[in-house]
Amino acid sequence: MATAMILLPRSAIRAGDLITLKAMISHPMETGFRRTETGGEIPRNIIRQFSCRYMGELVFSCDFHPAIAANPFLAFPLVATRTGPLEFVWRGDNGFLHREQAMLQVSAS
Amino acid sequence: MSRRFSPPFATEATRRTVLAGAAAVLGLVSTRRVAAEPEDMARAILDFTGGIEPRSGKVTLDIAPLVENGNAVSFEVLVDHPMKPEDHVREIALFTDKNPLPDVAVFRLTPHMGKAHVVSRMRLATTQHVTAVARLSDGSFWAERREVIVTIAACTEE
Repeated sequence: MATAMILLPRSAIRAGDLITLKAMISHPMETGFRRTETGGEIPRNIIRQFSCRYMGELVFSCDFHPAIAANPFLAFPLVATRTGPLEFVWRGDNGFLHREQAMLQVSAS
Repeated sequence: MSRRFSPPFATEATRRTVLAGAAAVLGLVSTRRVAAEPEDMARAILDFTGGIEPRSGKVTLDIAPLVENGNAVSFEVLVDHPMKPEDHVREIALFTDKNPLPDVAVFRLTPHMGKAHVVSRMRLATTQHVTAVARLSDGSFWAERREVIVTIAACTEE
């Protein structure tokens, strides 16, 4: 099972603040370009897509190719508007699917 | 992890020759590509832009000029452009010219982000160029290219 880590700002967030979200997931991101000692191909096994939703709305997403490093890490900004759920989804080869949720606490400015 | 690295002074050509020789001896036919050629990066970029040559400017690609380990190279892309609903950065794509494939990732941005800024980590098979291309909502493309010297490669070692 993959484990994922979400990092939200530790300080209090007020409406309108520009915050940084960080997300990391454990995954080998096997490129499909490596071989075993006996010359057999190691099949590709990567995360293909990531998406982040804030209160149900898509705010950021991406497509990964084998050149993204193992245990993909992402950091990206978000304008906090009000308290609401954040949902992070990773999808990949071999039916890989991982979901994480977090509640973003926002106080009125 | 037990990985055997080739000595840093072994050139890509030597390694390829050795691999090709080994494959020939074993009677193997390999259709796998060892590395994308620089033209492949140019083609991948034009595929992304729909044939438009990106202009230089607006994009800042922050990546170390010299890395010891190509397995996880941090990079940061910042586009100096507003993120308003009517005028914003739609996508940021990254390309390399000597990895097995030119594509690295495509990031899709929205005005909810407030700023066009993305941080992640990539693999670099060897010393090469990395290009970040931004697609704006007005249909224009902007790019920045950087060279990264890699002393221990990623991707293709066993």
